[in-house]
Amino acid sequence: MYAVFRRELFSFLSSMVAYITIGIFLLVSGLLLWFFPDTSILDYGYADLGGFFSLVPYLFMFLIPAITMRSFAEERREGTYELLITRPITIWQIIIAKYLASLVLILFSLIPTLIYAYSLSKLGFPEGNVDSGAIIGSYIGLFLLGATFTSIGLFSSALTKNQVVAFVICAALCAFAFLGFDYSSQLISLQNIEGFIANLGINQHYNSISRGVLDTRDLIYFITVSCLFLFFTNLVIGGKR
Amino acid sequence: MSILVKNLSKHYHKQKAVDAISFEAKPGRILGFLGPNGAGKSTTMRMLTGYLEPTSGHAEIAGRNILTEAIEAKKHIGYLPENTPLYTDMYIREFLNFVGQTYEMKNLAHRIDDVIKMVGLTPEQHKKIGMLSKGYRQRVGLAQAIIHNPDVLILDEPTSGLDPNQLVEIRALIKALGKNKTVIISTHIMQEVEAICDDIIIINKGMIVANDSLEGIKNSNNNSSLEAIFRKLTA
Repeated sequence: MYAVFRRELFSFLSSMVAYITIGIFLLVSGLLLWFFPDTSILDYGYADLGGFFSLVPYLFMFLIPAITMRSFAEERREGTYELLITRPITIWQIIIAKYLASLVLILFSLIPTLIYAYSLSKLGFPEGNVDSGAIIGSYIGLFLLGATFTSIGLFSSALTKNQVVAFVICAALCAFAFLGFDYSSQLISLQNIEGFIANLGINQHYNSISRGVLDTRDLIYFITVSCLFLFFTNLVIGGKR
Repeated sequence: MSILVKNLSKHYHKQKAVDAISFEAKPGRILGFLGPNGAGKSTTMRMLTGYLEPTSGHAEIAGRNILTEAIEAKKHIGYLPENTPLYTDMYIREFLNFVGQTYEMKNLAHRIDDVIKMVGLTPEQHKKIGMLSKGYRQRVGLAQAIIHNPDVLILDEPTSGLDPNQLVEIRALIKALGKNKTVIISTHIMQEVEAICDDIIIINKGMIVANDSLEGIKNSNNNSSLEAIFRKLTA
């Protein structure tokens, strides 16, 4: 399993995929956070990273499908999938290895943004006057959100041989999981179960963690959804034999 | 018995790609798997290597059931898939190292040196796989199949697309490997069968139409050429 994980990670790093996606992510988040007047912290006047944390999920909706779309789709198209599956490793080991490799890449893209948090604490008045609990919570939330999107990405990539199709399916599923439940809970006919439906969506749980309170229910939610999609991935891959 | 297949079938909806075939393959002999395109050669090989799941039937590799002891069985197989899929973004050594790691091999660097020498990759060994010509890719494919020194080699059209010089070299290599391993190769080239195979199975529309040694099959068909026998049985 370690061998597959290593190969996967090295193929991200030796191709341009990793650098382009991480580069674009950092560029866009940096511009929106520090430069563009409408969203910039400097114009806003408060030492608060809330804007960044509400923006990143939308960037992840495009960044993560771009990372995960190759994982199974490309291997199946190139036929190297046959090479992989005939090794003495189980399908689960392959899925977990690919999952972890993508997750490490997402971690790589999040780590440089810690500079934003550091700069912000320097900007606070008096220095260091920021809500560090909310920032730590939000980073944990972002990571969990990334992990969930990644499992959705692997599932989408397992569905098709076409990377573009995998990208679109993943972006759509992520957007729906993040916002869809929130919006559909607003429908009039569903108003008596509004809370329940909103609770199925990622947004609700992400916001809850972002407040700096790590509730086990939110944690369990993210882990359950990730496992569920990894399980679906296994079903799809296994079913194609 | 290194490979034992009993009533193995693969059905796609109503189409029977492989229909209850049974055969055996013995160590130290090279088994040629012949048949027209679409006869079910690759499907059978893919079932043996665990890529496809059989609809029904039973198969053993080196005494391990391919369904219930899949991981153990796979450790004893070296497999070269049709069209030789490879990770073209990797260097040859990097790729062989990856393959070796999946078998949890020790002394891997040493073994990679040996294998590269064995398949004649030495002049190209520092290149990326994507930069190699077809013949050398085929050698990388063979190298990854034999790196863990498996008891059973399953090679799906190992010589397709090679020039005559490469053909001779690769055949000699397969012949040498076949001395102490069980080898199954599929091919369309009848001269190749006569050059390297000891036993022959001809498969047509998912069913075995001939299963004998090379001499045996010729004797029972009035010593006509293999090509004539093939055409008679599969036309």
